[in-house]
Amino acid sequence: MADSGSEDIAVIGNTDLTPLESENNLKNTMVEKGTSLLKKMEISVAEAEKRTGKNAVNMQETYTVYLIETRPVDAASEGTNPVLDSLWKRYSEFELLRNYLLVTYPFAVVPPLPEKRAEFVWHKLSADNMDPDFVERRRVGLENFLLRVASHPVLSSDKIFYLFLTEENGWKETVFETGFQAKADSRLKALNATFRVKNPDKRFAEMKHYGDELQSVISQLLRVRARAADRLYGVYKVHGNYGRVFSEWSAIEKEMGDGLQSAGHHMDAYAASVDDILEEEEHYADQLKEYLFYADALRTVCRKHELTQYELEMAVQDLTSKKQQREELATGTIRTFSLKGMTSKLFGQETPEQREAKLKMLETQIEEGEEQVKERNAECDEFVKSAWVDIERFKEQKDHDLRESLISYAIMQISMCKKGIQVWNNAKECFNKM
Amino acid sequence: MMSGSVVDNTVSSGNSSAAIPTDISGQILDLDEDDDLEVFSKDTTLTDGSSFNASMQTSPASMINQYKFEEDADTKDIFVTVDNPESHVTAIETYITYRVMTKTTRSEFDSSEFEVRRRYQDFLWLKGRLEEAHPTLIAHPLPEKFVVKGMVERFNEDFIETRRRALHRFLNKIAEHPIFSSSEDFKIFLTAASGELTSHKKQGPGFLSRMGDTVKAVAAAVRGVRNRPQEFTEMQEYVEAFSQKISSLDKVTQRIVREQKEYLEELKECGPTYALWSQSEEELAEPLKNVAGCVDRCCKETEEQVKNLSDHLIPVLHEYVLCADTLKMRNDLDKAEDRLEWANNALKSDWTRWQKVMRTDLRSAFVDTAERNVSYYEKCLAVWESFLHSQRTDAEGNGKVDFS
Repeated sequence: MADSGSEDIAVIGNTDLTPLESENNLKNTMVEKGTSLLKKMEISVAEAEKRTGKNAVNMQETYTVYLIETRPVDAASEGTNPVLDSLWKRYSEFELLRNYLLVTYPFAVVPPLPEKRAEFVWHKLSADNMDPDFVERRRVGLENFLLRVASHPVLSSDKIFYLFLTEENGWKETVFETGFQAKADSRLKALNATFRVKNPDKRFAEMKHYGDELQSVISQLLRVRARAADRLYGVYKVHGNYGRVFSEWSAIEKEMGDGLQSAGHHMDAYAASVDDILEEEEHYADQLKEYLFYADALRTVCRKHELTQYELEMAVQDLTSKKQQREELATGTIRTFSLKGMTSKLFGQETPEQREAKLKMLETQIEEGEEQVKERNAECDEFVKSAWVDIERFKEQKDHDLRESLISYAIMQISMCKKGIQVWNNAKECFNKM
Repeated sequence: MMSGSVVDNTVSSGNSSAAIPTDISGQILDLDEDDDLEVFSKDTTLTDGSSFNASMQTSPASMINQYKFEEDADTKDIFVTVDNPESHVTAIETYITYRVMTKTTRSEFDSSEFEVRRRYQDFLWLKGRLEEAHPTLIAHPLPEKFVVKGMVERFNEDFIETRRRALHRFLNKIAEHPIFSSSEDFKIFLTAASGELTSHKKQGPGFLSRMGDTVKAVAAAVRGVRNRPQEFTEMQEYVEAFSQKISSLDKVTQRIVREQKEYLEELKECGPTYALWSQSEEELAEPLKNVAGCVDRCCKETEEQVKNLSDHLIPVLHEYVLCADTLKMRNDLDKAEDRLEWANNALKSDWTRWQKVMRTDLRSAFVDTAERNVSYYEKCLAVWESFLHSQRTDAEGNGKVDFS
């Protein structure tokens, strides 16, 4: 590998690292984490295909399916292993899986799916979902998603996830049978409602704030990068005009002809080189996007914690008020205003029997309430514990991955510079022959 | 396209600064109607490449003349520099003068070193005189009087520097020209004190600086003799084609500068965004800040690269656009006349000489550009490699990452 820098750089990794190699590095890191699932099987999303079929309302539609392949991990054998299972799944099924995981493990920072529609595109890149480049990048993103889940300490042992990888037909029914949908709907409603927590947990509030900032800054970065990519494309491509004009000019010159002609070829090569450069940069953008969406997952966890906290506070509040009511009934003093109290004052007291009945009811409710508070307290504690573990895990992963991304970005820039040096040195030689 | 140089007939009256041409739009190359600027396709239907051969006829007389006009670099006996611009303020106007220094061993000169101050008007005058005296020879163009596009002010630093370089090139071309450099006007220009120059200027016949007059003078000088029409046609066709190509190159280069500037605008926002991000992070703060710094440094290099193109390549290309226009003009008018005979071999030799000079100039301009581009990429490369290095030493220090 040719390096113009110190030999130290050679060790950090091949500066000629291709995006594929970068991805492999990431995969290897995940495998090394060694969840029991990944120790058993290799997972990949190998292909994508277009299909047409009838949809729910009996209309013809075109969609893409992705081939999920799993292979047993066999340390002994090298080369390709026999395929354990292979099945085709649509993007919507991935979404279903993710929603299931979100509901079932509310404390987990659930890995995100690749974007549904292409965003932050610069002009040459297609925003069309059917565009083969987009489909290819999505394939990679889906594979990444599966590997992330498979390397998650908790999510990887989920049965539904395992079935997703191994069952083609009937998987959807199995998921729905878990009844997660109902839970999802009610959760969604609650989350979308506005509520205020009396004693917010500082750590989670900070995390949520961080999630907001991360989302905002990565969006900005992606936007800026896309615009810069657009412009860079223009710069390179205009040099192609040099190629054309040099060529034409060389036709009318005697001595300068050869030098001009060959210089022109190098200008063409220069103009063409930008396509590869920007394609590589797109991988970098995808890595950023993953964490853009991860930021959202993080915020979701914080929000769910808020909800849990809120429900606990509600239960406590409810219990407290019920206890107060009991006290008032027992002592006959009315400390809190209540319409019933007023009406009974106006229209006469209740009979002792009525009071007795009421008290009994309250006692039961208080018992239930105390149970509920105990439960919710436990839930909350459990949630906080598990969530915080996963958040710490996520932080480490994010710091590692993003650092790797920045490194790979630098490597890309270096590669681009090297190409530039080569082209212009070649051109210079040709110019010298003019 | 209009002829390149803007001519000011009020030179002698001394308020040259007042007249701003109202319409020089034709002079500023219109880059928006780029019919021939295809970004994606290359014109594959080239002409059949018949090369235009400006070879000499091999008559003894012409060979002797040719020999006389060969540039012999070893015997360069006069060195001229233009530098040190200074601004002068009078009651009527403000103008810039440049220091013109001459070192020479020529016997016609009273001394071996001279230092005078000259203003743009004076250069214009000199050019006019040389063209008058030798209408058939090719004189190098002067920078334009005024450039309106982009609102370049007359006293803007960059403008003055660009003009200074162009004036320097102009004088050197004269000095290197076998016939022009022995002109009396040239000697006076280099050596006379300001007062002397002014009175000398007044002496001579009117300053025939109008392009049209010059060309008519050319036609008058050579009318009537018709021999070797084919060479003339070849030269005509060459000039026409050359003019097109050099104009295209000028346009392409200006377009590149434009695109680079727009790229720079976007790139300038990247660094600050990484810096902003670093503020929310802990572990990542350092690498993010580092990347922000790298991007900013690359921005600076890009800025310099753009400036280089504008300062070095574009003026040279532009001068040859003007040159080609001048040549075309002469030829055009002569077409209407009888076929031009190169009345004295001076014209043909000068043409050959001009081609050689053109080749040298453009070659070195492009070589220079290529070198600067290489240097640009090398600097950016170093920036990113230093980032990698810092990350490596960092990681190893933390014992976090294993790069095996």
